Amino acid sequence: MSAGEKYLAAAYAVVLGAVLAYVAIIALKLARMERELDELAQLARGRRPAGG
Amino acid sequence: MAALARKDLLLELRGRETLPAMLLFVVAMLVAFRFALTGEQSDAAAGLLWVAILFTALLGLGRAFVPEREQGVLDGLVLAPCDRSAIWLGKLLATLAFLVLVELVALPAFALFFEPLSGQTIAAVALANVGICAVGTLLAAMAVAARARELLLPLLFLPLALPIVVGGVGATVAEDAGRYLGFLALYDLVFAILAWATFEYVVVE
Amino acid sequence: MLLLGGGVALALLWAPEDADQGISQRIFYIHVPVALTAYACFGWGAWKALRHLWTRGERYDLESYTAIHMGTIFGLLTLVTGSIWAKISWGVWWSWGERQLVLFLILFLFYSAYFMLRFSVDAGPARANLSAVYALFGVVLIPVSFLAIRLAENFIHPVVFTREGPQMAGSMFATFLVCLAGTLALAGALYSNELTGKRLDERLLELRELLA
Repeated sequence: MSAGEKYLAAAYAVVLGAVLAYVAIIALKLARMERELDELAQLARGRRPAGG
Repeated sequence: MAALARKDLLLELRGRETLPAMLLFVVAMLVAFRFALTGEQSDAAAGLLWVAILFTALLGLGRAFVPEREQGVLDGLVLAPCDRSAIWLGKLLATLAFLVLVELVALPAFALFFEPLSGQTIAAVALANVGICAVGTLLAAMAVAARARELLLPLLFLPLALPIVVGGVGATVAEDAGRYLGFLALYDLVFAILAWATFEYVVVE
Repeated sequence: MLLLGGGVALALLWAPEDADQGISQRIFYIHVPVALTAYACFGWGAWKALRHLWTRGERYDLESYTAIHMGTIFGLLTLVTGSIWAKISWGVWWSWGERQLVLFLILFLFYSAYFMLRFSVDAGPARANLSAVYALFGVVLIPVSFLAIRLAENFIHPVVFTREGPQMAGSMFATFLVCLAGTLALAGALYSNELTGKRLDERLLELRELLA
């Protein structure tokens, strides 16, 4: 593999890596949202018998 | 609008805060540049003149809306029965007056310290002033609404002011300054229209 | 849905890789589409900003923000791939003679300031207006800076690099178009994802306030 090829691969890898990193960030965000939603659902459930 | 500009100038003449600070700053900067440059680099000196102008303008712009904010005048101005763009124009004229006054000292100082100025440089400075103040007034109005306003204004301003540096340095260094002066005029026109059109959205509370 | 969008776009990106000869030329297929996509994102964001100022619709603010968020990511990728390209072609990581790269550096600085602005103003109509105005400035800055960089080359770089290299053959152009479509699709998918995420975030906050 020549130096040029290496750099070329690096360029594509950078873009791919960025997309993957983005997917990972979204996954983390989704997990956090799910947790929050659970929490809120819990809150809402706890409130219903008391508040009517 | 003229009243607004006059009010600012009067306030400044009585308060004497910004203008002396700008003057001292620009002279101190020129002195610092003298020692930053080694040997004969006249082109570099021309570039530094532009950096000095830009940073001095930034200093003045940073203060432009602070009195209004501190005394809550801006809300009153916004409610006043006039076109809101008039606030922008009034501020622009006041800032422009400050900048021109400072340059009346800074340019001779530059000529004295470094090299004589050509007519095209002075024309470029005049054109650049308009652009700097048009864009800067709008951005200063933006920055006062933010928390870290002293920090924010240079960040907002410098990327937008890069074309001014290009045009200014070009007009100072190049043989045929016409293209660069034309470019500066174009910049002024485009951004003045844009700032004029959008200013009312910036000060709405 | 995200994986699907990303997967499709990547397949489009990867597939036509063997369609040409010069090794350093191949980076063109990723660099240029990414750069154009970044422009598209900035333009889209400015369009949404204009819509926001025009109609005062609240949703446009978030849409504009998301588009500029995407544009900045693609802009950063352009800088990185462009830098690698410069390394291959001229053996240096950075060349001031490369107009597009310099422009992207300016834009990157500009839009980073956009984020600073957004983060230092409290959420509300004021922030929406400020961001929208700044986004509009950005899209005007693009051509003005481009012109400025061209002018600056005359006195910074008397000898101009030219890269108006080989004429594009039909197959190369087709590859390029597919790559462009791929990156645009990728950006579109990421945009809609990010937008949904940001909306959900807002809703959750609202719900939390209602329940608290």
